Amino acid sequence: MVSRFKEALNSGKFVVTSEVAPPKGTNLEKMLHHIELLKDKVDALNATDHQSSVMRFPSLGGCLAIKELGGEPILQMTCRDRNRLALQADLLLAYTRGIRNVLCLTGDAIPVGDHKEAGGIFDLDSVQLLRAIRLMESGQDMGGNRLDGTVEFCGGAIVTPEARPIEPQLIKFEKKVEAGAEFFQTQAIYDLDNFGKFMRYARQFPVKVLAGIVLLSSPRMAKYMTENVPGIFVPQYLIDELASVPKDKMLAKGIEIAGRMIAALKRDAICDGVHVMAIGREEVVPNILATAGL
Amino acid sequence: MKLMTRQKPLDEIKEQLANLDRVFIIGCGTCTTMTKTGGTDQVLEMKDRLQALNKWVSGWTVIPIACDEMTAAAMKENGRAIENANCILAMTCALGVHRMSLYLNHPVIPALDTLFIAVEDSPGNFREVCAQCGQCVLGETADICPITTCHKGLLNGPCGGTNNGKCEVDKERDCAWTLIYERLKAQGRLDLMRKYHPPRNFHAVPRPRVLRVL
Repeated sequence: MVSRFKEALNSGKFVVTSEVAPPKGTNLEKMLHHIELLKDKVDALNATDHQSSVMRFPSLGGCLAIKELGGEPILQMTCRDRNRLALQADLLLAYTRGIRNVLCLTGDAIPVGDHKEAGGIFDLDSVQLLRAIRLMESGQDMGGNRLDGTVEFCGGAIVTPEARPIEPQLIKFEKKVEAGAEFFQTQAIYDLDNFGKFMRYARQFPVKVLAGIVLLSSPRMAKYMTENVPGIFVPQYLIDELASVPKDKMLAKGIEIAGRMIAALKRDAICDGVHVMAIGREEVVPNILATAGL
Repeated sequence: MKLMTRQKPLDEIKEQLANLDRVFIIGCGTCTTMTKTGGTDQVLEMKDRLQALNKWVSGWTVIPIACDEMTAAAMKENGRAIENANCILAMTCALGVHRMSLYLNHPVIPALDTLFIAVEDSPGNFREVCAQCGQCVLGETADICPITTCHKGLLNGPCGGTNNGKCEVDKERDCAWTLIYERLKAQGRLDLMRKYHPPRNFHAVPRPRVLRVL
């Protein structure tokens, strides 16, 4: 069984992914609802892995739920909470349960989350994890032992096209490509000219790039992200555009902006697709896609 | 080089001394004197605080270098006062605690937490620059250690949390990989940043770490 997501990436179509956040607790209702709502509208769905270092139901559990409901899961895997034994073990489990896509992340730092005294593991980093997957695919584990039954994954990673300074990020991007990354989901981008510049650079590598689209829900949220989230810069004209409508119309305006950006990215064939992050407002992702004409 | 220490909260010291009412206090003339955690002033301050807690302080001393073998002589010199106590309160690093425990049957109670090995960047500013990992990468990272300087100890470049040269954990803290990048670039050795570093060997020297030097 090959990855449906990989087939979509290789088909030349404009690929759409989105994500669901597993709950804090055992009440899966909301996550299952979001999966139901999105699974047929996107090519694959990420299940986040203790996003922002906040303890939650695991990504692997989210992916199994996506799979059970007939969706195509992307397993987000951070290096923050597991050493190389546990990461490899989870990859074995994921493979046997039909999960075929892995997004390799270093992971947010522990102190930004809700278990501030926990130990951060970082036994591996994202580049090393990508290589570990390729090694396991060759039939070996990281200890040099033969695997009885191997894995096969479509491996991906993230990149921050607006990072400042950009060059260290690009060097890491290239290390991820060399380590076997097949696709990239980017940090949120808003400035399409800047992103176009990044894509002209990225196009020289044999990887698919999905532009990160984060829904803006208010001028305050846009400002907060610009000031506090590394690598996110919302241009002032977008903040002004959001502020130009009454409060109860701001979300609709945010949906319009996101849809408009996706449509432009597709029209000008700037990248290979988009990764839509609605951060708690997953129910409006179909509206964003509809606005984009997808 | 200094071994950094921080005084434990008095409540914790009090708890550890719960059944020990006669105390001999020992400070150190080296690191804890320079970092003002276990020099003469702090030892005398501790003496007052213990007395306020109705402890009897049988005596005190500040040993020149609490972690070395001369400590044996200092203990002997204070033999009687130490005999009169039922514990030692050590205002030294854990190395000093360990050294004293070799010569005494008394419990040696640490009054300090031992934090890290530091260099003094500028007066009063102590920074960890080495985690004694056993696999030095400084030759490839422009002499900036990513194990100690990067919050996550990453070997293959910056994470996505880096922002204008600062760390996602603290906007005041420099991103190690931005520093490494800038310095390698200035040295014309940026190609080193492209080199893949395999996962670390956490057992470069097996734990517990012991080396015999003959």
